[in-house]
Amino acid sequence: MSAQSPAPLTERGQVLEERGPGPVAVTLSVNGVERSLEIEPRVSLLDALREHLDLTGAKKGCDQGTCGACTVWVDGHRVLSCLTLAMTCEGREVTTIEGLAEGDELHAVQQAFIAEDAFQCGYCTPGQIMSAAALLKEGHAGDDAEIKEWMSGNICRCAAYPHIRAAIRAVRDGA
Amino acid sequence: MTTAPAIGQPLDRVDGRPKVTGTARYSAEIPIPGTAYACLVGSRVASGRITGIDASSAQAEEGVLAVLTHQNLPRIAEQPPLVPSLAGTAAPGQTFFPMQDDIVHYAGQHIAIVVADTWERAQHAASLLRVSYEETPPVTTLEQGRDQAYEPERIFGGWLPGRVERGNIDAGLAEADARVEATFTYAANNHNPIEPSCTTAEWDGDELVLYDSTQGVNATQLTVARLLGTPLSKIRVIGHYVGGSFGSKAMIHDHAALAAMAAREVGRPVKLALSREQMFTSVGHREEQEQEIVLGATRDGRLTGIRHHKLSPTSHFDDWAEPSIGVASEIYACPNYQGVYRLFRANTMTPTFMRAPGEASGMLALECAMDELAQELGVEPIELRLRNYTDASPSSGHPWSSSGLRECYRRGAARFGWEGRDPRPGMRREGNWLIGTGMASAGYPVAPPANPQRARARLYADGTALVQAATPDFGTGVATVMTQVAADGLGMPVDRCRFENGDTDLPNIAAAVGSAGAGMISAAVHSAATALRNQLIARAVADANSPLHGANPVDVVVRDGVMTAGTASDSYVDLLQRNVQPDAEASGAWSPPAGDAPYAMMTFGAQFAEVAVDPEFGLVRVRRMTGAFAPGRVLNPKLARSQLMGGMLWGLGQALLEANYTHPRTGRWANASLGEYLVAVNADAPDVDVELVEVEDDIVNPLGVKGVGEVGQVGAAAAIANAVWHATGRRVRKMPITIEDLL
Ligand code: FES
Ligand code: FES
Repeated sequence: MSAQSPAPLTERGQVLEERGPGPVAVTLSVNGVERSLEIEPRVSLLDALREHLDLTGAKKGCDQGTCGACTVWVDGHRVLSCLTLAMTCEGREVTTIEGLAEGDELHAVQQAFIAEDAFQCGYCTPGQIMSAAALLKEGHAGDDAEIKEWMSGNICRCAAYPHIRAAIRAVRDGA
Repeated sequence: MTTAPAIGQPLDRVDGRPKVTGTARYSAEIPIPGTAYACLVGSRVASGRITGIDASSAQAEEGVLAVLTHQNLPRIAEQPPLVPSLAGTAAPGQTFFPMQDDIVHYAGQHIAIVVADTWERAQHAASLLRVSYEETPPVTTLEQGRDQAYEPERIFGGWLPGRVERGNIDAGLAEADARVEATFTYAANNHNPIEPSCTTAEWDGDELVLYDSTQGVNATQLTVARLLGTPLSKIRVIGHYVGGSFGSKAMIHDHAALAAMAAREVGRPVKLALSREQMFTSVGHREEQEQEIVLGATRDGRLTGIRHHKLSPTSHFDDWAEPSIGVASEIYACPNYQGVYRLFRANTMTPTFMRAPGEASGMLALECAMDELAQELGVEPIELRLRNYTDASPSSGHPWSSSGLRECYRRGAARFGWEGRDPRPGMRREGNWLIGTGMASAGYPVAPPANPQRARARLYADGTALVQAATPDFGTGVATVMTQVAADGLGMPVDRCRFENGDTDLPNIAAAVGSAGAGMISAAVHSAATALRNQLIARAVADANSPLHGANPVDVVVRDGVMTAGTASDSYVDLLQRNVQPDAEASGAWSPPAGDAPYAMMTFGAQFAEVAVDPEFGLVRVRRMTGAFAPGRVLNPKLARSQLMGGMLWGLGQALLEANYTHPRTGRWANASLGEYLVAVNADAPDVDVELVEVEDDIVNPLGVKGVGEVGQVGAAAAIANAVWHATGRRVRKMPITIEDLL
């Protein structure tokens, strides 16, 4: 049994104001910019980004939580945006692949992915990079075994895996 | 200082930046105002008839624009025949178009399209359709269809015969000192590129633009034009970025035309994206199959006969089998051979190309059988293959245009550390793990396109160049390597050249399938670039104001955009500016070698793998893989290695992970998701060592490029299966090898 077991199911969480089922006004902070949109409560964060905000960097590979292509950060934590409702991200900071570079200066992980040829078709790549950058920050890139485990939620059908590991190592080692 | 040739340099991908910043736009990501969303509905049953569709609640939903079914979808103009898209003609994935009548041929067959103003509404309304069926018992599995099997006259869109024979197989097997007989079974496989197929369709009057995830924009254009009866000049297809294909986007499946039909129906642009589940029932697959192989050999290991029979299900409409006997019938010298396909009609869509279609499964059977033969004869596995090495195609007798196979064995073995291997199984143990190593040969045919391929090159007076061809880049790196080819052809630095692609408004290129892309596109681009260079040289030597005036054009060399003959030189930029000409342009075309050329063409390689097997849990871990390949000229070794590595890891999936099964009673795929259809993830993938053995080939195409997209997979699964035997002493003849096979 883990030390922080979840609150018992009988305990009520914070009651949110009821909205929907029709389109409602939602405000999201994405890559540091406040964005207002009118969406139905059932819209996923992934579809809100791709279909409503024209931020198509996060990819839809399965819409079922199995491929990792839709990985973005919410308050700095990795989430599968296809399994996250957009509305639940109000008041939080959403970071997508479009927000990773500093202007023209690519993030170290983005640079390393290019240098190591860590992708082919590029469709899994935004998700891979968002996962890789987060796990480097979290200190989960100690050795290859650890990288393999922590990166296994992001499928690359082009199978660039050895190069993805090389890119993560390069950033870890400051190469 | 002059720049080195760009060809052969390990250049980074030219599309790297858009891909890592998320700005690359795939076909579902084109922002067109007013776009509506189409949701496909698939048949719940695998066999029968639709007796009714109640669309009233779906239609009543807010935002729903149309519900299209067989009752109201317009009929297609014409069903084009199934022809592989390399032919450069219409290339439907099957000769069946859905929603034309009430018959259900397979589970997941598209029976309705719901179009709405948002994706959520389209999806929800689709779930409200009430469809009733009259069901009949389906046939989907080998066991259900075996008794009705027939021998097709031709397979593979009519391109290949159903039976191949040479010599006398019975005599060849009768004279053998040793015989290996083995039957292999293979689960069906699905491509599962991470980008599900999507077509976004926009009409402007009677003109249509399609943004399509496709291996060939021209193939989409040609196919949709025939289905809709629309003139080719009025259809433009764009595919700038394609998120992987592996054959799923090689043929043009019905969703492309359906998107156009739906857009016409609702009078708005329509985006039609397949769901992940629909990727299992809409774009073809590698069929479930069984292969029986019999090898006969002399005591010293020379093959006297190979018999290779395959049984597999095909659709109600087409005689399709992936050509599993192809490479396996050609790679070794063997005078007596018989290969036969048998098919049975099943409730399935027509299977299709999937990476190394046929080569991967056929070579698995042959190379595992060769391993057994080596064991039986006590001949070292590489030595056995060398004894059967051939310099010429055993069927046509024509010499290989180039080979390199022996060098692949030698260099692969050296890198892997094969020498000194104890041939006995079950001898190496590390803790709980049994360790084994295995090897196999690899081969993939060089299949040129059927018609001429074109490209265009333009030089601007500021010294930058644009080179164009229609081909999409679905991850192969073609945009990068063609920039390199263009730079060398023009005599310019690569950073001043841009390659534009993925649009039917650009010069034609057949669909990049069968690993033919690099060869045929480089030929066209090289031809266009050198035509432009020659045009500019001709101009310079004729120009009274040029320092090169009067020089012999053949003496002029071009480097960094500067034309030089002896001590005189003139630059492209000076030439154009002096003549007040903003740009110059040339087209180039390449015609593939005639089919009767006295050469046989194949790309060769050798695969090595080391596995660890935990016999108590039946676990297999691939610890390392080495592959040595001879793909002719390597245009960009960095990208070529990535392609080959990807192929080898597909071999790992083939051997240990990838399987889809139909339920015999319902006829439905049992595991149509990425949670249940296992593909290799990072934790499965060992480090992969790729050795490139360059061989010169002046037959295949002007630059001698044989392609790297698929040969990496061929033989990889066999090397792993042979390593599993070496670790455990067990011959598993079922793909994928799973835990229960090793307990
Ligand atoms: S799209 Fe979210 S996990 Fe696949
Ligand atoms: S680069 Fe194609 S799926 Fe990863």
